[in-house]
Amino acid sequence: MSTLYAAIEGIGLWAPQATGFDELARWLAGSAAPSSGVRPPAAVLPANERRRAPESVLLAVEVAGQALAMSGRDAAELACVFTSSHGDQGITDYLCTTLAKTPAELSPTKFHNSVHNAPAGYWTIATGCHAASSAVCAHRQSFGAGLLEAASLIAAERRPVLLVCSDVASSGPLSEVTGCTLAFGAALVLAPPPGSQALATLGLTLTPEPSSPPSWPEPLPAWLAGNPSAEALRLLVPLARREPLARADAAASLGLRMDLEYPA
Amino acid sequence: MPDRIAPLAVSAYTAASALGHGLTAHAHALALGTSGLRPNDISSSPLPCWIGRVEGVEDMPLPAHLADWECRNNRLAWLGLRQDGFVERVGSARERYGAHRVALMLGTSTSSIGSTEEGYRRLDADGRLPADLRRPDIHAPHSLVAFVADALDLRGPCLTVSTACSSSAKVFASAERLIRLGLVDAAVVGGVDTLCDSVLFGFNALELVSPEPCRPFDAERRGISIGEAAGFALLERADAAPTAPRLLGYGEATDAHHMSTPHPEGLGAELALRDALARAGLAASQVDYVNLHGTASLKNDEVEAALLGRTFAPRTRASSTKGLTGHTLGAAGILEAVIALLAMRDGVVPGNVGIRTPDPACGPSFAWQTERRELRVVMSNSFGFGGNNACLVFARSETAA
Repeated sequence: MSTLYAAIEGIGLWAPQATGFDELARWLAGSAAPSSGVRPPAAVLPANERRRAPESVLLAVEVAGQALAMSGRDAAELACVFTSSHGDQGITDYLCTTLAKTPAELSPTKFHNSVHNAPAGYWTIATGCHAASSAVCAHRQSFGAGLLEAASLIAAERRPVLLVCSDVASSGPLSEVTGCTLAFGAALVLAPPPGSQALATLGLTLTPEPSSPPSWPEPLPAWLAGNPSAEALRLLVPLARREPLARADAAASLGLRMDLEYPA
Repeated sequence: MPDRIAPLAVSAYTAASALGHGLTAHAHALALGTSGLRPNDISSSPLPCWIGRVEGVEDMPLPAHLADWECRNNRLAWLGLRQDGFVERVGSARERYGAHRVALMLGTSTSSIGSTEEGYRRLDADGRLPADLRRPDIHAPHSLVAFVADALDLRGPCLTVSTACSSSAKVFASAERLIRLGLVDAAVVGGVDTLCDSVLFGFNALELVSPEPCRPFDAERRGISIGEAAGFALLERADAAPTAPRLLGYGEATDAHHMSTPHPEGLGAELALRDALARAGLAASQVDYVNLHGTASLKNDEVEAALLGRTFAPRTRASSTKGLTGHTLGAAGILEAVIALLAMRDGVVPGNVGIRTPDPACGPSFAWQTERRELRVVMSNSFGFGGNNACLVFARSETAA
């Protein structure tokens, strides 16, 4: 089996009680990190864009900005992969509600913000990035499938890549079928090894065995139950604990083995 | 500039659109220039415009073992898969390589949101989706790909690309990388999008929908006609199919300009085009035909005509086929890749249907009428919202050798 390698240079995180990767480490160490980020600041966006942007864009841009800052890279050089199981569910709820009642009154701005690649669009506009950008999904496996897409770009094109995995909370009748009770976002800046000041080196291998349920302290299981993008924790938690192995899923019946090496 | 890549075999392909079901129907309509557009008869409330609707989707329910996936978009996917021996070709690849060694990567813009819309029109007394639509897997954008993975029994990497109108062009790039890196031996690529209220009323709200059949590159063009389509292709290493047409290259780039209008100088489109030629190891002068994005929106056609004029000499022929099929959004990349492959197979340059008075910005490369000539290298352009651009290059097997 071929293994894809990537240097992890930056990590971003946004969860109900964590507004950065260092707060994840605090939860894992047993001390509560009671920050309550209501609205992701998404400081990379210019003020006018930040006002116009839907919640899914703010969340994705916030975690992307954190990972970028940690990496010290220039955003314009990063190809990007934005993965999200559901896109902007607030907008989907709005679109479907309006279409059922007064379709001719649909907001043009909400419509163009409804595309799955809206976060990629806002991010590349804000950072002047002309590299390849993509928006992908794979149900509950959106993180693993997105990571595989990012890692294959790194290996095939030998260029750094930004990976963002995020989903907002659902609203309206859609909530019953999507079950997103909270917002969660994570981002990684990945580069061809050795990378510059890498936090860890990742070796990615496809395996037929799917991953098994993790055992984490609260509130992490609640995040995982309440948002498919929290599957990113399957990499982020082992990283925070400096463990040598992580497992996730790349597809419904395809596992993803992630071997981790840390600089001395 | 990217390095040249090894060509891949396009060992099977098919499409369903307003032009009909399968390759024969498409080749026939392309040769005659017969448009499949008709007055809108699908939105849940009236909207005077023209659409490219696929005949017969309503009459083809999914088989019982796939009934949990039932929705219009998955029906269109199922219809598309069972044409031109495609399912059988995939089955044979699965046998040869193993179900874990065949990737599935499809593009879609709205997937099965039509069913979510329907659910909201039929909310029950408690404000819940009706019981028959409480199926989580069809209310997420991965619905299409998860359904096709189930229908084809594929267990390899499995990804939805949803970058608006470039979606089902970009899947060729993702698949090529996995094959080149040795993670899989073959990939099913393609895309499906169906007509639904979201896109009809959404593009209408943006004032981009034409009240008449769309007229790409016409001086008097009035906007797009929205269509629907399913298309699929099987990619393998070249030695697996010595005489099949080749994927020679692709390019992907981003405008970084605006969410719903293209870069005024076509910057991202030009970067994607140049990357595609570099991966193919070709100069622009070696391209025989370009299937243009050509939506008939004011801005797209203006920017694309200028890009064409400054990149290609008159011997490179070019046309938009959206006057035949409508703009099939997330399925446009695969539908127009199939059209470009058929043009090359049959030696037919499809005419730019819908034209009356060419926009003065259009140069001598435009094929306003159907032309017959040998085509050895063809391209297809797909540009989407969010400034997301992709270009594909295909060639005959003997040209690529």
